[in-house]
Amino acid sequence: MNELNTQRRTLLKGGCAAGAVMLAASAGLLAPRRVLAAEWNKTAFEAKSVGDALKGLGASGVADSADIEIKAPDIAENGSMVPIEVTSRIAGTQSIAILSEKNPLPLLAAFDFSDGAEGYVSTRVKMGQTSMVRVVVTAGGKHYATAREIKVTIGGCGG
Amino acid sequence: MADMMKIRAQLTGDALAIKILMAHPMETGQRKDAKTGQLIPAHFIRNVAVGLNGKTVVAAQWGGAISKDPFLGLRVKGAKAGDKVTVNWEDNKGAKNSAEATVA
Repeated sequence: MNELNTQRRTLLKGGCAAGAVMLAASAGLLAPRRVLAAEWNKTAFEAKSVGDALKGLGASGVADSADIEIKAPDIAENGSMVPIEVTSRIAGTQSIAILSEKNPLPLLAAFDFSDGAEGYVSTRVKMGQTSMVRVVVTAGGKHYATAREIKVTIGGCGG
Repeated sequence: MADMMKIRAQLTGDALAIKILMAHPMETGQRKDAKTGQLIPAHFIRNVAVGLNGKTVVAAQWGGAISKDPFLGLRVKGAKAGDKVTVNWEDNKGAKNSAEATVA
């Protein structure tokens, strides 16, 4: 009876693994080896609504798909670091865009894949509050989406 | 400066898992300085290019909502030991960084 090992919540694992990473001033003292070819989609990233962001990305006629998986915590304790993993099982996935509906600027990131890269991405994002997170996949010129809610306990966009 | 970025490239068969950790403040431009009440200017990585043997495999565009000291995990098929993984990023102020790793 006294051997009862109470299994405590393992939820409260710290998520700030990057805390150990040195914060160094990344001033532009580096000689760039290669110029980045991609432009930055200002229109889409500065859009204040999901609709405008999708328009900026050129994603119209988005169809719901069960072949996109969003792996993320149901409840994120720390909105400044919410791990999100996206896997697209749609053949010929060319790009993945991640949007958080309630963020002031909903478009968080967009990824283009080529030459053997799989339709998979894992990253950490900031969320101001509980929100639907939407992922839009482009494959063969068509757009597919899925969404799931992530609850945020402490928002990550405040001061 | 390449030590400011960490790249891990792990091969399973011909499937390569790339994990990248970058050092960057990733300021959204919407946060206020607690002392002065002034907005902290936006400062974030906008473009990331990940290459395998000189060919870009993933080109990312980011907003300020990627977490500070960004983590990026990717998967590439058809890689082999000895392949070179390169990562280049550029932020909204024009600062750049790059790093390279060899697939073990």
